[in-house]
Amino acid sequence: MLPLILFYLFATILVIAAVAVIVSRNPVYAALSLVLCFVTSAAIWLLIEAEFLAIVLVLVYVGAVMVLFLFVVMMIDINLEELRAGFTRFAWLGWIMAGAIVFEIAGVVLTRKLGIDVTRGAAPLPANYSNTQELGALLYSKYAYPFEIAAMVLLVAIVAAIALTLRHRPNMKVQNVGRQVAARASERVRLVKMDSEHRE
Amino acid sequence: MITLAHLLTLSAVLFALAVAGIFLNRKNVLLLLMCIELLLLAANFNFVAFSRYLGQLDGQIFVFFVLTVAAAESAIGLAILVVLFRERRSINVEELNQLQG
Repeated sequence: MLPLILFYLFATILVIAAVAVIVSRNPVYAALSLVLCFVTSAAIWLLIEAEFLAIVLVLVYVGAVMVLFLFVVMMIDINLEELRAGFTRFAWLGWIMAGAIVFEIAGVVLTRKLGIDVTRGAAPLPANYSNTQELGALLYSKYAYPFEIAAMVLLVAIVAAIALTLRHRPNMKVQNVGRQVAARASERVRLVKMDSEHRE
Repeated sequence: MITLAHLLTLSAVLFALAVAGIFLNRKNVLLLLMCIELLLLAANFNFVAFSRYLGQLDGQIFVFFVLTVAAAESAIGLAILVVLFRERRSINVEELNQLQG
């Protein structure tokens, strides 16, 4: 009974935070509401015993991605009035689409039954079950190649993000490392032979 | 007891809210990116729920990959946003019409 009460509590907070993300006037509040969404989602994932992903969601999303979002929100100076203009113009279309999506998903789940009983609880896990250990065993055996590809995707993302935002100013004074390394003594020091001059 | 129906309903509501958010904030690239994050969260909810209730961990592995790709996507998306703001001093979607035919 307690898990169900907690589920309803977190689900309510999650839906309210999601509404706050899409309707808030200030992007900073939207980003903070999205953080609340991720934290409550992690709590719900903990309730259904997906512990590793719950921790990863908090670490990766709240700790990295949302901090990046907040950085960008604070860094750029946007004209909110211009972006908010016509906010409700297509709102009806948005709500109709949202209603249609809920209706369609409910239709599929209710009519096709998904081949499983959606009203039953999950099978209880043994007391010494470790979600992280099981996921690790699967990730490093069956999914080893996709895991390597995921690492490559992250590397490409790093390179792309840096390459996109790197700025070349025309008058910036920088060292040309290649020329410095290629320099020789003969280019730097000029030895001249000349007679010593006599004082009058 | 939390059933699969609870989680699927929550995920559907979250997904629908995110789609409505894309329609509402169609001018602001930053909020569009946030709505995409919400969509991915809703999809991840389904993966985790089915993985748990079918007793197969493969779904949770898939969530792991979705998180990776989503992090890469938001990093590149925000980088493009910063470059865009530097060039145009605005992130209004309606002003991004240089590529029209």
